[in-house]
Amino acid sequence: MTSILDVENLKTYFKTEYGLVKAVDGVSFHINQGEIIGLVGESGCGKSVSILSVMQLIQKPGEIVDGKIIFDGQDLRKYRSNGPEMRAIRGSKMTMIFQEPMTSLNPVLTICRQVTESLELHLDMDRQAARERAIELLKMVGVPDAASRVDDYPHQFSGGMRQRVMIAMALSCNPMIIFADEPTTAVDVTTQAQLLELMKDLVTRLNTSLVIVTHNLGVVARYAQRIYVMYAGRIIESGLSEDIFGHPHHPYTIGLLHSVPRLGEKHGSRKLIPIDGMPPDLINMPPTCAFLPRCTYKVERCQKEPWPALRAVGDQHYISCYVDIREK
Amino acid sequence: MEAKQNNLMVEVKNLKMYFPITRGLLRRHVADVKAVDDISFEIKKHETLGLVGESGCGKTTTGRCILRLYNPTSGNIFFAGNDISTIPERKVKPLRAQMGAIFQDPFGSLNPRQTAGSIVGDPLKVHNMATGSELENRVTELFRIVGLDPSMRDRVPHEFSGGQRQRIGVARALACSPSLVICDEPISALDVSIQAQIINLLEELQERLGLTYLFIAHDLAVVQHISDRVAVMYLGRIMELTTSEELYENPLHPYTRALLSAIPIPDPIAEKTRMRIVLKGEVPSPVNPPPGCHFHPRCSMAIADCSAARPPLRDIGNGHFVACIRV
Repeated sequence: MTSILDVENLKTYFKTEYGLVKAVDGVSFHINQGEIIGLVGESGCGKSVSILSVMQLIQKPGEIVDGKIIFDGQDLRKYRSNGPEMRAIRGSKMTMIFQEPMTSLNPVLTICRQVTESLELHLDMDRQAARERAIELLKMVGVPDAASRVDDYPHQFSGGMRQRVMIAMALSCNPMIIFADEPTTAVDVTTQAQLLELMKDLVTRLNTSLVIVTHNLGVVARYAQRIYVMYAGRIIESGLSEDIFGHPHHPYTIGLLHSVPRLGEKHGSRKLIPIDGMPPDLINMPPTCAFLPRCTYKVERCQKEPWPALRAVGDQHYISCYVDIREK
Repeated sequence: MEAKQNNLMVEVKNLKMYFPITRGLLRRHVADVKAVDDISFEIKKHETLGLVGESGCGKTTTGRCILRLYNPTSGNIFFAGNDISTIPERKVKPLRAQMGAIFQDPFGSLNPRQTAGSIVGDPLKVHNMATGSELENRVTELFRIVGLDPSMRDRVPHEFSGGQRQRIGVARALACSPSLVICDEPISALDVSIQAQIINLLEELQERLGLTYLFIAHDLAVVQHISDRVAVMYLGRIMELTTSEELYENPLHPYTRALLSAIPIPDPIAEKTRMRIVLKGEVPSPVNPPPGCHFHPRCSMAIADCSAARPPLRDIGNGHFVACIRV
């Protein structure tokens, strides 16, 4: 498999009046062609900032301070964020589906106008051709009666339908990678199931890579082939989906899996094991492992040495932890 | 009958809550949003009844009717044996001292300019239950009960984390020592690693204080974990009501089955073999719901009779209620 995106040691910091927020602090990952990747973590762990950095959508006071972003053989950090090269990639080869379809669609433009925008811009289509392509795209994502609904405004669509429009927009220029940032957080579970099945079918058919950014472990378990777990601006565990869920090694991943109730567990049969404490303040980060104050497996070495680098614990399975935990 | 009455905390009978839609200068009544459309259920003492459903199914409205935050369109609500759906407004206040409420958003449901201590003590002042040092002592006690340091009582909400804020919400709900607590999506705004802390806290408090919960949420896995019995709502009606175990092991209503199969499980191996029912279409509008069974346009088992009449919620044995003519 060929890797189409390689991110190495990415650091994105935000200068705030309270201090330097290290939102992303040395993150490396790669994405192969046609792969579905899960990027998992709680709010504030840096998962959204990581992909916004890749797309060069970080605004002041944020800044990418270090790292390499190699996409399709080009070093994206050489390009200005709103320069012609980056604009040719963004929205065309690399697209994004945002969390809130309510706020990410423009309420005063018709669906047609919004879907055709990138077609006209990137593929040089004329109005009529773009419109036809837009209708085709809407049909593909399952918008009923697409030919007449294309002239509707976003408020005439339900939440699930709006998210389908977002998917259509993301697919419009045959992208190589789609980043989906919490694509189903704002919708109901049955709609979530519809949307996830749809996205999976489409990317498999078009051989596009899909990165699902989410806090919901269940969502990625079914669809992602590989998973990256983030905590406090770093990747703390990565590996194949089966390994992450079947044999998690990092105390945080283990804790996360134990803390969510599973469907079908008998009422009262198991007490949930919460992770004590709360996620750290990204301004005053300790030099040691950021999970240390909440960790139940900590050893003496953890207190003394800096944040552990990722090390292999299996084929394609890496953790950033000094402790060897045998689960199950 | 008497013994049964004593065993019940809440009894809801044929509850309807319609919100009128008016139009024009004369506010002509043109239609109704049938948020809750004739539902009946009971909450036993010391049990947790879960209420699940997708957004707009009427679960929050049901909770608010029990709190008498809405005056129901019709139907009766019995709380500890008394009909509270028709009592006059002035008699509602003492009633609310016996009911606590925990809301979804710990950011929006706490006054940002009030200190934590005064938020927690407010219900006691409103109901004239404590003043002066007695009030102070009770607030300290409440802070301890929910696992907050009483020395933080002079801080304002933004100085607390999401989980701590929800603990303040819990302490406020418990201030007047209620017997019933309505938990409306109490954890859905919290981070995953924090959710379990609040679920465990609610479970501990129930055991210690003998509380009865109505637990409203959209996440079936969470509801099932915390509830003794679960009611599944769809478009203003209860589709199925049974114990949590039975609901998972033997779901009968096609909607319950679809809902269960739509919930992702964090286990890729189990996920690959699991059957998934993906529903067609979307939830219809509660202004103009489909005739007969509200679910029939999306149901794979629907027959012609399904659109003819509303299926009654019937007991098929062992307290398993289901509203479907096909089972």
